[in-house]
Amino acid sequence: MTAVQHRSAQEIGRTERGPRPVPPLGGQRAAAELSHVDTVLPNGLRVLAVRKDTVPLVEVRLSIPFAGTGELHAATAEVLAETIVTGTARRDRVAIDTEMALIGGELSTVVDPERLAISASALASGLPTLFDVLADLLTEASYVDAEVARESARLIERLAIARTQPRTIAREALQRRRYGNHPVTREVPEAEDVAKVVPEAVRALHANAVLPRNSTLVIVGDVDPDAVVAELERALGDWASDKSANVLPDLPELTGGEVLLVPRPGAVQSQLRLSAQALRRTDPRYAHLQLANLAYGGYFSSRLVENIREDKGYTYSAHSGFEFTGNTATLLVDADTATDVTAAALLETRYELARLGLVPPTADEVESVRQYAIGSLGISISSQTGLAGQLSALAQAGLGFEWLAGHPERLAAVTAEEVAEAALDFFAPHRFTGVVVGDADTIGRGLEAVGGVAIGAA
Amino acid sequence: MAVPELHRFKLDNGLRVVLAPDPTAPVVGVAVHYDVGFRSEPEGRTGFAHLFEHLMFQGSESLEKLAHFRHVQSSGGTFNGSTHPDYTDYYEVLPAAALERALFLEADRMRAPKLTQENLANQIDVVKEEIRLNVLNRPYGGFPWILLPPVLYSTFANAHNGYGDFVDLENATLDDCAAFFDTFYAPANAVLTVAGDFEVGRARELVEKHFGDVPFRPAPPRRSFAEPRPAEELRGFHTDPHAPLPALAVGYRMPDPVGELDAYVANLVLAGVLTDGDGSRLQQRLVHRDAIVTDIGAGAGLFGPFEARDPDTFSITAIHAPEVTGDRVLKAIDEEIDLLATTPPDERELAKVTARWVAGLHSDHDRMVSRTLALGAFELLYDDASLVHGLADRFAAVTADDVAAAAKALRPDSRAVLIVQPEGGSK
Repeated sequence: MTAVQHRSAQEIGRTERGPRPVPPLGGQRAAAELSHVDTVLPNGLRVLAVRKDTVPLVEVRLSIPFAGTGELHAATAEVLAETIVTGTARRDRVAIDTEMALIGGELSTVVDPERLAISASALASGLPTLFDVLADLLTEASYVDAEVARESARLIERLAIARTQPRTIAREALQRRRYGNHPVTREVPEAEDVAKVVPEAVRALHANAVLPRNSTLVIVGDVDPDAVVAELERALGDWASDKSANVLPDLPELTGGEVLLVPRPGAVQSQLRLSAQALRRTDPRYAHLQLANLAYGGYFSSRLVENIREDKGYTYSAHSGFEFTGNTATLLVDADTATDVTAAALLETRYELARLGLVPPTADEVESVRQYAIGSLGISISSQTGLAGQLSALAQAGLGFEWLAGHPERLAAVTAEEVAEAALDFFAPHRFTGVVVGDADTIGRGLEAVGGVAIGAA
Repeated sequence: MAVPELHRFKLDNGLRVVLAPDPTAPVVGVAVHYDVGFRSEPEGRTGFAHLFEHLMFQGSESLEKLAHFRHVQSSGGTFNGSTHPDYTDYYEVLPAAALERALFLEADRMRAPKLTQENLANQIDVVKEEIRLNVLNRPYGGFPWILLPPVLYSTFANAHNGYGDFVDLENATLDDCAAFFDTFYAPANAVLTVAGDFEVGRARELVEKHFGDVPFRPAPPRRSFAEPRPAEELRGFHTDPHAPLPALAVGYRMPDPVGELDAYVANLVLAGVLTDGDGSRLQQRLVHRDAIVTDIGAGAGLFGPFEARDPDTFSITAIHAPEVTGDRVLKAIDEEIDLLATTPPDERELAKVTARWVAGLHSDHDRMVSRTLALGAFELLYDDASLVHGLADRFAAVTADDVAAAAKALRPDSRAVLIVQPEGGSK
């Protein structure tokens, strides 16, 4: 290339002194204790406030259970999420944006079949404004006709884009495969349903479903937890109802089944998605299963990644992880692979599932995943955003700061035998169901040969 | 907030070092930035800098293939690397106890990476899957970072696809790897950054211990990628097989990010005034008033600001409905930019953008990975990591006239317009 003279690859890889030993780890001090408050306001909202003053910011995560069974619920909820910031009795959308911007603030909403989530951040000095805007949205959002019409039109355009994303196509197919017609499957509404949503329906949904009881609010940042709870109680005093926010009905228990081939003609890549029932965070064996999952495909140094990426080059990314929905937890394995190696990738993915139980993680593997689980948790909660996100997920599951603080100890106590038991119980290939989305003409024959694959419409 | 303490020094082999101690959490970040990105690739080797980034994880004299990942992760840490126009970075964030191990890992591959035919073939496959995932199999893949440069720029260095063509990737040889490493991966062509919970004297000893005997090689002379600005409006067209809606990207040349830093920052404020939030100029006009685009965004640098030397790109992108022509969108953008050039933003408009930037800078600083990477990139590109801490003041110092001047420089007769059409769109 550009060097006139250069060493060969072999010469580059060798020094006179030769290979060197990897240094041992040094001493690790524990993270500082953070002062926090975990309480329920008179209106039924659970509030978790934590002082973490590394930077002069605050992070707020409000999560409202938002399930619904009506035919247009998913579409109406999506329009509500897009429109809630477009105006109140006191502020129009530009005023909301301006007030938030002047305190360095951002505000976003997202809805799924389980929850409506409002996330906000701002300079800590702007907290009174942030609370005032938040309260205004929760109690006075107006959903004026023109804004609902415009946001619905934008949403329909965005849905068109989402439905051409391979990951969205695969996700929808997996949800149907796992849960049939349960409301949890309606993650992305139909465009024609969105077109039917009228402003009155959005206003009615807000009145009936944007409710404090059953909801959780996490606030992390440069704040005094006690003072912030008092401020929040004042700011959200008018947000009240006798009713409780709508919790998603329990999901059916997952049982294994054939993987469904979902055709996507001409695709240059296939999406593999496999899933099985898992354990909730409150289960005594959760930490065991967490470590077994990491060893399988939960981090880069896992068996699955080392096999289908680093050894065989079938994929850029392969991963397995937990999904928590309501009172249930599942394992989800995903990989996007080249079309011509799709069947081979499925074979290897299943092989590693079986092998995890039959040739369980060695002591070294267990130590590696244990340190990774403890270390990466510590890293993720070392930032305000990371801590707020972790606590919000825990709060929704009825857990709190103590669970987080105690989790490294639980991980430290897991034995290799316990990981092996969890692997054998939860990673058996027959427990999994799933989908493969791809070019059926090219991958169908190989998948049939591998077996355990149903060929048909999604 | 007090300005954090920074310690900068250079080893005898030319390696520049930035130490940024911070005891607030028992976590450290370690990064190495090499002064080479995809603009330095030779013709016929598109995508090579990124492919090489993959190979740097595949083993070294002291570590077998996969060992690098295992050592970082079994220490409780996370890692990655990324390739930019003008640099390639490698980084780990770990519990503080693993600081020496992270320094060892980075030093070992700087000293003696093991480049093998087998790993090269494997990583060519992995990179091709990465490109299929992020570009070929997805709507708007590569929009605009791969698609806009060939319209705006005329030289190979600036215009080519940084992810690479499959043919070029497949033709990459082990000898190319060796030449690339010896030329660009010299300690004198790199910056080591260590941030987080450590004692400065001890960290300095560890840096000397592990990097001190990486032999000196001269840094390659820095090439200029300068080329004239367009003398007319340039247009390019791309048919996207997956996109459901048309899109367009407008690219402008901008002030030298290094030599004209304040003018560059004024362009970032301009981008905020144009598209940041519902109250911004282009959001109000195109999304809400005219309702002709679904979304619109503007910004400097095709991966973000402060990641390239001159020339750098200011871009505006929009996705719009099929019944709206690209020219109609363009006309509305031009009218708003003209308006801004003649009637500067008011105090509140500026205050909004500045406050959001300040909060964003704090937030970046709070995440160990982004703080470590920002310090390293500023040391590499600007020879001064401490500039990171002065950025908030620089944003605050931008005046309404600066923003108007920046808007005036976004000239229709010196820009690139990329039109993306859905494959079914013209039928």
